[in-house]
Amino acid sequence: MTMNAVYNGSNLDSIVGEDPGIPFALLDEESKREIRRALLHAVCVPGYQVPFGSREMPVARGWGSGGLQITLAIVGKTDIVKVIDQGDDEGVNAVNLRRLVVTSTGIEESSEVVESTIIQSRHRIPEDEMINSHTLVLQVPVPEPLRGVERDMRELARMHAEADYSRMWVSLYEDKVRNGVITQTTGYPCLVNGRYVVATTPIPRWDIPRLHDSQFLTLFGAGREKRVYAIPPYTLVEPLTFEDVPFEVEQANGARCRLCSSSESFLVESPGTNGDAGTWTCSDTAWCRARRLK
Amino acid sequence: MSKIVIPDSVLKVSGLGKIYGPITDGAIERTGSHVGTARDYQTGSIVAAWDVNFEVAAGEALGIVGESGSGKSTVLRCIAGDIDSSAGDVRLATFENGESNLLSLDAATRRKMRIDQVSVVYQDPAEGLALGVTAGGNIADPLTAAGWRNFEGIRARARDLLQRTEVPLDRMDDIVRSFSGGMRQRVQIARALANNPRLVLLDEPTTGLDASVAAGVLDLIRGLLEEFELAAIVVSHDFSVIEMLTERCIVMHHGRVVENALTDQLLEDPHHPYSQKLVSAARA
Repeated sequence: MTMNAVYNGSNLDSIVGEDPGIPFALLDEESKREIRRALLHAVCVPGYQVPFGSREMPVARGWGSGGLQITLAIVGKTDIVKVIDQGDDEGVNAVNLRRLVVTSTGIEESSEVVESTIIQSRHRIPEDEMINSHTLVLQVPVPEPLRGVERDMRELARMHAEADYSRMWVSLYEDKVRNGVITQTTGYPCLVNGRYVVATTPIPRWDIPRLHDSQFLTLFGAGREKRVYAIPPYTLVEPLTFEDVPFEVEQANGARCRLCSSSESFLVESPGTNGDAGTWTCSDTAWCRARRLK
Repeated sequence: MSKIVIPDSVLKVSGLGKIYGPITDGAIERTGSHVGTARDYQTGSIVAAWDVNFEVAAGEALGIVGESGSGKSTVLRCIAGDIDSSAGDVRLATFENGESNLLSLDAATRRKMRIDQVSVVYQDPAEGLALGVTAGGNIADPLTAAGWRNFEGIRARARDLLQRTEVPLDRMDDIVRSFSGGMRQRVQIARALANNPRLVLLDEPTTGLDASVAAGVLDLIRGLLEEFELAAIVVSHDFSVIEMLTERCIVMHHGRVVENALTDQLLEDPHHPYSQKLVSAARA
């Protein structure tokens, strides 16, 4: 009874780092170059979904493989990476993705926005100010904003090519008629640079105004759907809404963070037990912690 | 090319033709009303329509009559751009001053042209409407395509159009699938009028409706054609529809126009042998 391999603890040194078989940032140079070419295309045509050869990653498709590939393709030796999941640096998926990036590159990690250069995220844009030294990488599950109104890929391509978004407007009209308000929360459709409608999945409406005329570059990666798209700095980003139906972000009236008592950050509710009222906490845990330390 | 559009005609169609299958020498001579078939026996090609010429003025409705398969709907769909034509020249005085042949527009330009110039009312409302969308939403579609971005403005316009087409306003926010056939057709007409088109193409607008409902829809169409000074083409195999809506009509047989006449005159005194057969069958 002998074991074939001995588990050597928590670090991954045995498979990465010094081993010349594993390249810097996991992907081979040709793959990274191909992804960077797609990203350049995406930055040149803001909001346009660029197909790319999504690689097999050591995470399942749909678990951030698109964002991960972007991060690995653009990361350099002096970058500092922050990875969050639901605004939380300590989420399981965030920890795993960050560990993969750090161990395959040897770069520094941080939970502070101000220290980071690449911020990979699912669901949120950090509350802290981001400037032109930051690149935001978003993991996107469904990159096609028109998926809900059309399934035929050729028709979708035609609608984007001709900027024929009337059916998107009809779906907003129908939503307002049926529900009295526009109910779409995450992934609110936005017109980028006056041309392409994009899905802003998975961020909430709360974060949408942050994308408009931002100082930072935002890169969207959908690994399963094999698409990347981008919102370059200082780009016009308009949420689709009727002139007389103002775009509104999520509101939790009177709610404050249980930990830092903030009411000006994006709050998430934890259900109460035994019929008690739920409590609210900041979705951005690093921001919340910094506020408490002040 | 300078005198293509006669000042008072909104639409001018010349030499319109559609052939399915290979186009070979002599195919035209081997098909048509005088031969009694639209199928070229040498190649199997179908000459669905050939050498169709007519003009329509503002406020005028032109009828196209003929039996099933005679090419009526083919002509209509070629003009609308739903199918590509094989030959011909179609000009709309209100589109780029009549300087563009509608048949040679690329798909994107044709779609833009259809937004506020040409509307089609199909026999089957499912073709012209999204059945899973409310009546108001179906009208919002062409309005938003034309750049309307005011929710209450769109609602008011939809209400106005549904009122004119006699759709009960309390059904405005119900999905069209829940509507009866006659009411769906009224919604389709309301949608067709949304952006004040200059030309409306009606393809068997009342076929499939029962007689009393059809009469109501016909009344409505006649009133709207007059009120908006629309140019219209009405395709129907039903002479009562043609008689009620049109002043002038053409008769098609095996893909060719065999008679071009005033509607009254055609019904009283048809000239072409096929027209005579058609009229006598309808009047029997």
